Amino acid sequence: MTSWLLLGATEGGLFDLDATLPLMAVQVVLLTFILNALFFRPVGRVVEEREGYITTSRAEAKQKLAQVERLEADLAAQLKEARLATQKLIQDAEQDCDRLYRDALAAATADANASREQARREIDAERESAFKQLQGDAEKLGDLIVDRLLAAK
Amino acid sequence: MVPLPLALPFAELEVGQHLYWQLGNLKIHGQVFLSSWVVIGALLALVVVGTRKLERDPRGVQNLLEFLWDYIRDMAREQIGEKAYRDWLPFIGTLFLFIFVSNWGGALVPWKLIHLPSGELGAPTADINTTVALALLVSLAYFYAGLSRKGFRYFEYYVEPTPIMVPFKIVEDFTKPLSLSFRLFGNILADELVVAVLAFLVPLVVPLPAMFLGLFTSAIQALIFATLAAYYIGEAVHESHH
Repeated sequence: MTSWLLLGATEGGLFDLDATLPLMAVQVVLLTFILNALFFRPVGRVVEEREGYITTSRAEAKQKLAQVERLEADLAAQLKEARLATQKLIQDAEQDCDRLYRDALAAATADANASREQARREIDAERESAFKQLQGDAEKLGDLIVDRLLAAK
Repeated sequence: MVPLPLALPFAELEVGQHLYWQLGNLKIHGQVFLSSWVVIGALLALVVVGTRKLERDPRGVQNLLEFLWDYIRDMAREQIGEKAYRDWLPFIGTLFLFIFVSNWGGALVPWKLIHLPSGELGAPTADINTTVALALLVSLAYFYAGLSRKGFRYFEYYVEPTPIMVPFKIVEDFTKPLSLSFRLFGNILADELVVAVLAFLVPLVVPLPAMFLGLFTSAIQALIFATLAAYYIGEAVHESHH
C-alpha cells in the first residue's frame, strides 16, 4: 500500500507539487475579486443599509413613543383637571339647587303661613261679627219676646 | 505487492494518481482544476442567482446569501478586529466558501460516475497543491496586511514581548502555512480514503456513518481554515499598546 503514496516519485504521488499550485492560487485570487464584486460588496451594502434603516427607524419610533408618552401625560393631566372642574361644577350646582330649594321652600312656607294667618283672622273677624249680629238678633228677639209676653198679660 | 481485487466500479482506490495536463513545459493536475471549476461554477451560480434582485425585504436565495455574509462578517470581525476587518472580509469569505463547497462537493457529488483516463475527481482540497496554494495566499495576506497597515513597524511584532521571541516568531511564519495546508489536506484526504476503504470492503450502509462524519469534518475544516487565516491577519494588524 505504501507504494501508492509514491513519495518522491517523479510522476504522481500524494505530495506531487507542480504548476497546479500557482495556478490554483491565481484562480482563488481571481475568485476573491469576483466574489467581492458579485457577492460581498452588494450583499454587504444591502445588509448595512438595512441595519441603518432599522437603527434610524428605531430611533424615530423611540422619539415618537416619547412624544406619545408626553402627550398622554398631558392629556391625563387635562383630563384630571377637567374632572376636578366638573366635580366642582356639580357641587356648585348642587349647592345652588339646594339653596334655591330651601329659599323656595322658605318662601312658600312663609306665604302659606301668611295666608293661613290672614284666613284665620278673617274667619275670626267674621265669626266675631256674626256672633255680634247673632247676639244683637238674640237680644232683639229676647226683647221682642219679653215685650209680647208683657203685652199679652 | 498483491494487486487488490478491484471489482466494484464505485469502490476503486486510487491514491496519488493524477490526470496530467501539459501546459507548455509545466504539468498540472487536471482533475483538481476540473473539480475546482465545478466548485467555482456552483458558487458563482448561487451568488448570481441570489444577488440578481437585492431587496430590503430579502426573499429566496438572498436570505441564504445574507446569512452567509453575516456569518463571515462575524468571523472576520471577531478575529481581525473592528478596524481592519472590512478589507479582509472578501478574502476570508472566499477562503471559507471555496473550501467549504470544495469539501462538501467532494463528499456529496458522485464524482466516480465520471471516468477519467487517469486519477479521479474529488474535492480540490484533497490535493496538496490546492491547500498549499491557499495557505501561501494566507501567508502573503497577513504579511501584506501587517506591512500595509504598520509599515516596517510590523516587524516589532517579532520582538514582542521580548527579543528572545525572534527565532520562534520566524519559525512560526513557516509553521503557519505548513500546518494550515497539511491540516486541510490531511483531513479531507483521510476522509475520502476512509470512505473509499469502507466502501471497498462493505459497499452498502457501512460507509454512511463515515460519510456523515466526513461532512461534519469538512465543514469544521473550512471553518478552521478561514478562522485561522483571519486570526493570522488579525495578529498582523493588531496594534499593541505599550
